[in-house]
Amino acid sequence: MSEPLLKIRNLCVDYVTESGNARAVNNVSLDIFPGETVGLAGESGCGKSTLAFAIANLHSAPALITGGEILFEGQDVLKMSDEELRGFRWAKASMVFQSAMNALNPVITIGEQLVDVVLAHEEVSLEQAKKRAMENLELVGIHPSRMNSYPHQLSGGMRQRVVIAIALILRPKLIIMDEPTTALDVVVERDIMDQLYELKEEFGFAILFISHDLGLMGEITDRIGVMYAGKMVELGATDELMSDPKHPYTRGLLKSFPTIFGPKERLEGIPGNPLNLLDVPDGCYFQARCSLCSEICVSKMPDLIQVESSSKRLVSCHFAEAGAAE
Amino acid sequence: MNQSVNLGEAAMSATESRTDILQVEDLVIDFALDNALFNRQFMRAVNGVSFDIRAGEALAIVGESGSGKSTCARALTRLYPPTAGKLKLNGKDINDTAEPMSQSELAKQVQMIFQDPFGSLNPVHTIRHHLYRPIKIHLPHLKGDALETYMLEMLEKVGLTPAKQTADKYPHELSGGQRQRVAIARAVATGAKFILADEPISMLDVSIRLGILNLMADMKEEGIGFLYITHDIATARYFAERTAVMYVGHMVEWGESDSVTQKPRHPYTQLLLSAVPEVGRKRGSEKRDPKSGGQIPLWKPDSKGCPFVSRCPKAIGRCSVEMPDVTQVAPDHFVRCFEVN
Repeated sequence: MSEPLLKIRNLCVDYVTESGNARAVNNVSLDIFPGETVGLAGESGCGKSTLAFAIANLHSAPALITGGEILFEGQDVLKMSDEELRGFRWAKASMVFQSAMNALNPVITIGEQLVDVVLAHEEVSLEQAKKRAMENLELVGIHPSRMNSYPHQLSGGMRQRVVIAIALILRPKLIIMDEPTTALDVVVERDIMDQLYELKEEFGFAILFISHDLGLMGEITDRIGVMYAGKMVELGATDELMSDPKHPYTRGLLKSFPTIFGPKERLEGIPGNPLNLLDVPDGCYFQARCSLCSEICVSKMPDLIQVESSSKRLVSCHFAEAGAAE
Repeated sequence: MNQSVNLGEAAMSATESRTDILQVEDLVIDFALDNALFNRQFMRAVNGVSFDIRAGEALAIVGESGSGKSTCARALTRLYPPTAGKLKLNGKDINDTAEPMSQSELAKQVQMIFQDPFGSLNPVHTIRHHLYRPIKIHLPHLKGDALETYMLEMLEKVGLTPAKQTADKYPHELSGGQRQRVAIARAVATGAKFILADEPISMLDVSIRLGILNLMADMKEEGIGFLYITHDIATARYFAERTAVMYVGHMVEWGESDSVTQKPRHPYTQLLLSAVPEVGRKRGSEKRDPKSGGQIPLWKPDSKGCPFVSRCPKAIGRCSVEMPDVTQVAPDHFVRCFEVN
């Protein structure tokens, strides 16, 4: 296998609050290979967005990286100078955020916003930059005549397409997508995801796809990491993880979505509330909501280790093998 | 409007007579697009919609943003006046000018739960205050200890235990799911028979959503009827006995939830269902009609034909001229499409 494009090693991110430090990302390691789509799933507050911000070194106070490293093509993003970061952000790794309404400047035309990106990173003439902008708008299915439109003149789906065009325009090797279609209707979501995949096949970028929608993730990703309370609790190939989840939290998440097809039955989801990061227990973080919880779970934190039955699956649970039979 | 009369009759025919019932007949709601004195332009947000909600049952309205589903719910609480059509609570028109129904009389029976549990509670008041107000207004005979006991009972009913501690808290001390439970407690505290739930779970965490849906399902057992507004057709099937699919202010397909979701007949319902992500289905397994991504039309009072014609893969010439009549495809399953006729 080729070298990973992005290597995250033992990353810890803390939020400094008045009542102590909350560890939002807790000792997370993850590799992303060129051209691969990796999904990060989990409920709000599990640290998946914090991780995304840290990759682009975009985190700001009160968030503080307290440990670990993020290597992009061998270079540590966290040790880059401002000048190096400018060259890294967007040109090598770009981001698409959940709310396209807030990501676009409302008083500048979308054409200018695309042109600005090109001019800030490359030595090209205004004419060339405009040409590039038009080409990229066309790639995402927006007619180039829309260059002079303001964001408020576009629908939510079109705005999100513009944001994707801006993320693509410098042909980065990695695009981080933080809930890119959550605010959109299902039909629009489907169109945008289909289009994104055509573009991915054309340009070969890798995607880190962050979402709470396991259904969508199951369709488009190669591998999935599941996070709970800042820790990676399960990581594995999408098909395997979906069909045979090993961690009780993953099983709970998969059971939290009523399905359109198949039998209709009362689902129970996951009992209890998400963990308060300022008040973490000894042992496993999921203990309070877990049906398999026993003595060892309360006293000892399980490591993220490979399970015996699958070569590629990492699970952080004392009962990873036993629970599957449940 | 003779087509929508048919629609009304078809919807009525499937209705058994029950005691508690909320009926919508041929509802039309126009919104002004400008403030012109003459020749004011209107858009038709809801066009000829008829449905009913029976006590102890849920009706889901599914559709994209702008399909008019929230407008229907707001009309039922008199937040919007209807342009035409009747809204009846147990047979009595809620907008009757001859014999007007007071707002408190309506509010006692019909309550609403909103999408955003952060915006629907007042941040400077305790949970106790939020529940006291509707109880004091609608159940004035409860005073002192009886009031407190009833309030705590409501909190326990929605799973907010220990109730006494919760009552003393402020909204910011509760999570999104807990706040939505407070909103539900507040709605049932008046003794409401109908709850209009406008996307009640879309802003909540995935692991919390089912808890709220299951809580509402328990409320159904106690005889409360729900209008469940959502864009998530999978939860509509899970929670509601009947589902209605709306597109640009029109009900295009409705009936028993399983029938509508498992055997969709209208091209729009089929499009919606094909767009739902499903675990295990691989991307690109089916090629979609490029036309399906078209723009949603602005419906005007003089617009003609089927609203879906611009995106419909099966559209024929007739579709842009007249709206199809209602076709009954199963005992409780109705469609408006020429394709089915």
